[in-house]
Amino acid sequence: MSTRRPLLVEALTAAALVAVPFVLPHLGFSPTTINRILIWGLFGLGFDILFGYTGLLSFGQSAFYGTGGMFAAYLLTEAGFSYVMTAIVVGALVAGVVGYLVGLIALRRTGIYFAMITVAIAEVFFFVEFNPLSDYTGGENGLPGVPTPSFNLGFTMLNFSTDWSMYAFLAFWYLVGLVIALRIVRSPVGAILSAIRDNPLRAAALGHNIHGYKLTAFVVAAIYAGFAGGLLGVMQGFMPPDAFMFDTSGQLIMQTAIGGAGTLFGPLVGAAVWLYLSDFFQNTLHLGATWKLVLGTVFVLLVCFLRRGIVGSAVDLYRLTTHRGKPAKPIEASSVAPTAISIAGASAAAAPMPARKRPTDHVSGAILQAKGLTKHYGGVVANSDIDFTVDHGEMRGIIGPNGAGKTTFFKMLTCEVPPTSGKIVFEGQDITGMRVTDVCQLGLTKSYQINQLFERLTVRQNLTIAALGEIRGRFRLDLFRNIRNIPDLAEQVEHTLALVNLTGRPDTPVSELAYGEKRRLEIGLALATSPTLLLLDEPLAGMSPPERIETVALLKSIARGRTVIIIDHDMDSLFELVEKITVLQEGRVLVEGTPDEIRNNPRVQEAYLGGVHGVMA
Amino acid sequence: MVNWANFISQCFNGLVLGALLALISSGLTIIYGTLGVLNLAHGAMFMLGGYAGWVAYTYSGSFVVAVIAGSLFVMLAGVLMERLIIRHFYTRPHEDQLLVTFGLGIVFVEAVRFFFGSLSQTVPPPASLMGITSLGFMMYPTYRLALLGITTAALLVLYFVLYRSRIGMIVRAGIEDAVMVDSLGINVYRVFMLVFGIGAMAAGFAGIVNAPVVSIAPDVGESILVQTFVVVVIGGVGSFPGAVLGGLIAGEIISITSMFNPGYSYVMLFVAMTLVLVFRPYGLLGTAGRE
Repeated sequence: MSTRRPLLVEALTAAALVAVPFVLPHLGFSPTTINRILIWGLFGLGFDILFGYTGLLSFGQSAFYGTGGMFAAYLLTEAGFSYVMTAIVVGALVAGVVGYLVGLIALRRTGIYFAMITVAIAEVFFFVEFNPLSDYTGGENGLPGVPTPSFNLGFTMLNFSTDWSMYAFLAFWYLVGLVIALRIVRSPVGAILSAIRDNPLRAAALGHNIHGYKLTAFVVAAIYAGFAGGLLGVMQGFMPPDAFMFDTSGQLIMQTAIGGAGTLFGPLVGAAVWLYLSDFFQNTLHLGATWKLVLGTVFVLLVCFLRRGIVGSAVDLYRLTTHRGKPAKPIEASSVAPTAISIAGASAAAAPMPARKRPTDHVSGAILQAKGLTKHYGGVVANSDIDFTVDHGEMRGIIGPNGAGKTTFFKMLTCEVPPTSGKIVFEGQDITGMRVTDVCQLGLTKSYQINQLFERLTVRQNLTIAALGEIRGRFRLDLFRNIRNIPDLAEQVEHTLALVNLTGRPDTPVSELAYGEKRRLEIGLALATSPTLLLLDEPLAGMSPPERIETVALLKSIARGRTVIIIDHDMDSLFELVEKITVLQEGRVLVEGTPDEIRNNPRVQEAYLGGVHGVMA
Repeated sequence: MVNWANFISQCFNGLVLGALLALISSGLTIIYGTLGVLNLAHGAMFMLGGYAGWVAYTYSGSFVVAVIAGSLFVMLAGVLMERLIIRHFYTRPHEDQLLVTFGLGIVFVEAVRFFFGSLSQTVPPPASLMGITSLGFMMYPTYRLALLGITTAALLVLYFVLYRSRIGMIVRAGIEDAVMVDSLGINVYRVFMLVFGIGAMAAGFAGIVNAPVVSIAPDVGESILVQTFVVVVIGGVGSFPGAVLGGLIAGEIISITSMFNPGYSYVMLFVAMTLVLVFRPYGLLGTAGRE
C-alpha cells in the first residue's frame, strides 16, 4: 500500500473482484454465499471507519442496517416505487439521518457507556420494527417481493436476476463503497479520527471539535449500513426482519474482529471466513446448531491470541518481511509523502516557527490577563484569587513548591477546567468558560506535564494532527480531500520536525520513541498549532542534563516571535531563560520579579527552604 | 380507561421485576466498578444460573437445593472466567474486553443450547409458595410476592457484604483506586477474582429464583442484559445505590407501559435513558470521571 501509487489498492481490489467468480467456486463458495459476503463487507466498511479508525465500538449497527433496508424495501414493494437504486440510496440517507439523531444521544458518553447505549438502541429499533411499525415492515414476516434491479440503457436492458449477474451488481457497489472509504481514511478527517481513537482529550486540545468528527464517523457508518441493508433486500428479493436483530450487530463485530479492525478489508475477510465456516459446519459436517458454538469459541481464541485479526496480522507480517517500516500503523493513509530534508543539526539552528498568521494590531501590551482566578475542588482550594498578566513577546517563568497549584493554574488558562470564580482575558477577548478546543483555535495552547501523544501514530502523523487544527479550523467536512494536497501542511510539519530535532525519525511510531524524544514531540505538538501564547508545563521534567541543555536551546528558539509561559522546577535553566518569574505558593501569588529579585527574595527562600536563610541554588 | 386493580397489580409486577433487575445490575456494576471491565456475558450468567438450578432441581426435586446449586455454579463459572481469561485483558483496551466477554456470552449460550436444546424449561416454585395470596386490596401470586422478598434479602446481603464487612471495604477501596489497594499489601487480584465471582453470582441467583416466573431458555439472558444496561446508565456506572434505584425505575416503566402496549415498553425505557443522559450524563447517582 505505497503512498506513491495512490490507486494501487483500488486497482488490486477491482482485479480481485473480477477474479472471484473464477476462483472461489472451486474452493466451495456458492454464489449466494459470495454475494452475502460482499454485503457484509460493504456493511463493514462503514463499521470499520467507526470502530477500527475512530475507536467507537457500536453494538447497534443492526438498527441502521434494518432501517435502510426496510425503507428501501417498503418503497419498492408497498409504495410501488420502481427505481431500485434510488430506493436504496434513499434508504441509506434515511439511515444516515437516523444515525445522526441516535449519534446525538449515544455520543454524549464514550467507552463502555457508548457500548451500552448502542446495545439499548438496537434493541429499541428491533421492538419498534416488530410492534408499532409492523403495518409497514411486515412485523415478523418481513417484506417479500422486493424487485431485482434492472436498468434500461436504451439499446438493451440490464437485468440482475441470476446469482452471478447479482454478483456483478454487488461487486460494483462494493468497489464504489471501498473507493469512498479509502478516500475518507486518507482525508484530514480520517487522520483526525485515528487521533480521536488514540487520545481524544489531546485531539480536542489541539483545536479539533472531536464530537463533530465522532458524529461524522457515526453517520458515515450508518449510511454504509443502510446501503448494505438495501442491497440485502434486493439480493434476496425479500427484506428479512432479522436484519434488525442484535445478532446482526454481533455478527458484524465478530467478523470485523476476525478479519482485523482498522484495515477496511477486515470485515470482508472476516465475513468470508465466518460464512464459509458456517456453511461448512452445517452442510458438510452436519453440525446443526453447534456451528455457532464452534465459531464463538474460535472468535474468543482469536480475540485472545490474534489481536489484529487476519488482515492486520498479514499486514504486520508483510511489513516485517520486507522491512518496510514498523507494524501497528493502521493509518497508512495520513502519512505525508516523505520530502527530502537536510538535517539541520541542532534544533536551535532551525528558523523559529512563525506565530499565527492573523492580524494583530496590538503587538504590545498584555496578551493574557487573569483576574481573581480561584479554583476549589470540594473543600480543597487549589488556586485562590490569582491576578496574573503577561505581555506580548514575554517569556515568563512560574515556580512554586509541589502542590502550589501551578498545573491547576495552567489548566484554567487553557480552559481545560473552569475556574470557580475569576476571569481570563486573552488578546482582549474574555475566554472564561470557553472550551479548550476554541481556546486552541484562538492561539493559546500548552504542552503537558505528562506526555499526551497519539501512541499508535508516527511522529509525523502526530504533528500533522496538530498542524491540521490550525490549518482547517475546529471542524470541516473535507471527507474526500487527500491529506497530501493541503497547502502548507507538509511544510509546517517538516518545520516543526526540524525545530524539535526529530527529523531523523518521522515515520517511527510514538510507542517506540525514547523518553526524551517523546518529551520533545510533546512540545512539538503544541508548537505545530502555531500558538501566539504557548504554555509549557514542566518541559524539562525527567530529562538528563545533556537533554536539558538541548531543550533549553530549543525553548529559546521557540520563544522568538511568540509569548511563552513555562512552569518548571529546574531553577537554573528557568533563570537563564526568562525575564520575569511568578512564584506561586499554596494557590496564591507569593511574589513576582526578575530572576535576581526572586533569587534573593527572603519570602521565596522561606517558601522553598522552610525559613532557612541562604542563597538558593 | 385505566383499570385501577390492574394498575396496582402491574405496579407490583414492576416492583418485583425492578428488584430483580436491581440485583442483576448491582452484580454488573460492582464488577465494572472494581475491575473496569464491562461484562457482556452477564446476561449469559443469568441464564446459566437458571439452567444450573434446573439441573439440580431435576435431580433433587428441591427448590432450595436448586437455588444454592445455581448460585454456586455461576459463582464458580465467574471465578474461572476471571482467572483464566479476563485477567489477561486488564491491560488491553476496553474494546478488547468488550469483544472477549461478548464472545464468551455466545459460547455459554450456545453450549447450553448444545447440551439442553432450545426448548424452554420450567422450574416450579416450592409447594408452600404456590397459589395466590390475598393482600386485602388485591389477589397476587404467592411466589411473586416471595420473589420480592427473596431479591430484597439478596440485595441486603450484598449491601452488608459491600458496606459493612472488611472484604467490602477492600472492594470499595478497589473501586476508587485498585493500584493503591495493591500497594497497601492486599492481593488485589484475589479481590478481583472474588468480586467477579460475587457479581456473577448475583446474576446467577436472579436467574434461578426467577425461573418459576419466566421459563428458562438459552437466550433468556439477552433481553435481561439490555435491560441491565439501561438500569446501569440510568443509575450511574459503578454505583450500587444507583443500580437499585435504576432497577426499580426500569421495572416500573416496563410493567406500567406493558399494561397499555407491551410493544412500547422498550421505547419508554429508552426515553427514560435518553432523558437521564441529557440531564444527568453520569446517571442519577453516578459521579463524574468513571468511564
